[in-house]
Amino acid sequence: MAADLSAARAALEGVPSEPGVPKPDPIVKGDNITRTFGGLKAVDVEHIEIQRGVITALIGPNGAGKTTLFNLLTGFDEPDDGTWAFNGTALGKVPAYKVARLGMVRTFQLTKVLSKLTVIENMRLGAKGQRGEKFLSAAFKSLWGAQEKANTDRADALLERFKLDAKREDFAGSLSGGQRKLLEMARALMVDPELIMLDEPMAGVNPALKQSLLGHVKSLRDEGRTVLFVEHDMDMVRDISDWVIVMAQGQIVAEGTPQSVMADQRVIDAYLGAHHDSDITEIDIADLEKAAEAELDEGTKP
Amino acid sequence: MDFAVVIDAAFSAALGPQAIVFALAAIGLNVHFGYTGLLNFGQAGFMAVGGFGLAVSVVTWDLPFWVGLIVAMLATIVLALVLGVPTLRLRADYLAIATIASSEILRLVLGAVEFKGTFGGSNGLTGFARTYKNLNPYGDGVDIGVVSFSKDDLWSITVGWTLVALGCVLIWTLMRSPWGRVLRSIREDEDAVRSLGKNVFAYKMQALVLGGVFGGLAGVFHVLKQASAVPTDFNTTFTFYAYAALLMGGAARVLGPVIGSILFWFLIAGLGSFFSQATGGTDPLIPASIMTDTQASLVRFIVLGLGLMLLMILRPQGIFGDRREIAIDGR
Repeated sequence: MAADLSAARAALEGVPSEPGVPKPDPIVKGDNITRTFGGLKAVDVEHIEIQRGVITALIGPNGAGKTTLFNLLTGFDEPDDGTWAFNGTALGKVPAYKVARLGMVRTFQLTKVLSKLTVIENMRLGAKGQRGEKFLSAAFKSLWGAQEKANTDRADALLERFKLDAKREDFAGSLSGGQRKLLEMARALMVDPELIMLDEPMAGVNPALKQSLLGHVKSLRDEGRTVLFVEHDMDMVRDISDWVIVMAQGQIVAEGTPQSVMADQRVIDAYLGAHHDSDITEIDIADLEKAAEAELDEGTKP
Repeated sequence: MDFAVVIDAAFSAALGPQAIVFALAAIGLNVHFGYTGLLNFGQAGFMAVGGFGLAVSVVTWDLPFWVGLIVAMLATIVLALVLGVPTLRLRADYLAIATIASSEILRLVLGAVEFKGTFGGSNGLTGFARTYKNLNPYGDGVDIGVVSFSKDDLWSITVGWTLVALGCVLIWTLMRSPWGRVLRSIREDEDAVRSLGKNVFAYKMQALVLGGVFGGLAGVFHVLKQASAVPTDFNTTFTFYAYAALLMGGAARVLGPVIGSILFWFLIAGLGSFFSQATGGTDPLIPASIMTDTQASLVRFIVLGLGLMLLMILRPQGIFGDRREIAIDGR
């Protein structure tokens, strides 16, 4: 896998930093995807491609349409117009559950754990092609017992990897916010997806857990999966992403490697702000106050 | 004041045919509401379709009794499909509205003068239970002091509790399976289930049909045990008594609806008998200045309501429920 990974990243090296640029080996390809809510055009993407085998970050200010794009791509929402394909399979009008079965699994910004099920039951639910999930065979344990055992073993291995094994028998509703994020990610892995889409995996996670979450996201790529994530945490974007797509007002405004995007003046203005590169504590408070006062003065002038 | 009569009334009702009807209906509601989170407020409609499915087949269409049973079950499945197709893709409230409305429509149509030739009007239909009665092996009723049952009731409770037991075994095997796990997951969050590649609509439909069939079975049993199908029997109170029984026993538990309806009828009949005795006779326990015997028949519902409230406050999970599940409700 390691060779593939470096190949995928190397391939991205030569890709120019322009919005909607074609990639050498795209897993997702979309054209002219639009979605309006009333008069507001929430998503208006001319062309998007997600490179296979790397971590792509989707960033942008609040209301840029990142989550809406997620919903559209995964079938949780229907676009007004547009076509998109996963691994060459067109996904227009394909219901969300079929998208997931194809290998494109998402998580949610507000974690959706199944509170009154135990952690291990949450995990087992994720497994694909369960015979015991068919009504007619459900009553006969002999038909699904062995498969259930195999799924449980896989779930236990994943729980151990995500350090949730101590919580195995607890209700998922009793987990902390960060543990829920971990559980959701682990549960998505039970589907064995090719592309895993994480909607703000770091939101509400404490700094200590953040580090291990970062490691987990990287490990997803290292085992050959493609990762697409929405995030506001710039440290995370800089740290782990191989490619960054910037959205603003529903459109893709910039694309590129983290370094090139962070240096792009349009991105800095639109999203990151002038002080994006410095620690907030290092900014001279006096300077800031002076600037604010100047602004106030200007406002009070007739 | 004769307490033996009170106890006899309470136990006879708790183990009698009426409790069985509600146990079956509540098992269906448990599949809908307890396990899948579907708000079906029209279980009475499923019962009406089941009961009248049998009665109409045998009386109006002159079909054999056993064919009538099959017709009754098919009719409830059709009702579930008709209700489910438009509403199960929408938010949960729509199913609640559609079911309560359709159960009322069914009751009114079944009792309408215009369809008297088919459904028998407000008097309903009789004369379809002969095959059922002829199967009765008991020669005589039973009275052992604490409980007393007539010959017919004895046969009904034999059949009824067997059905309830089989139903419980079926629910238990289904709900421990991965299929049951998907249902419980849908109750928690259907988008999460969808994101994991499960066809949520199909599962909700299966649950609606399964619970509806239990409702239909309750309806069939109801019309058989009294040998008549009367439209007014299937009013909304039927549904809400079944809900009360379910919540008392504990939702999402196999035995919850069964124990719930036994307790419900124990209390209804026991309290009813107690208050009517306490206010009746020449020297009543409760003087007429406080409560007359006509008021007494309503007081049992007040007391039962109070009891239900106390149960919800002190033991919100019901008798069989798991306290920890309720505790994490503050999602």
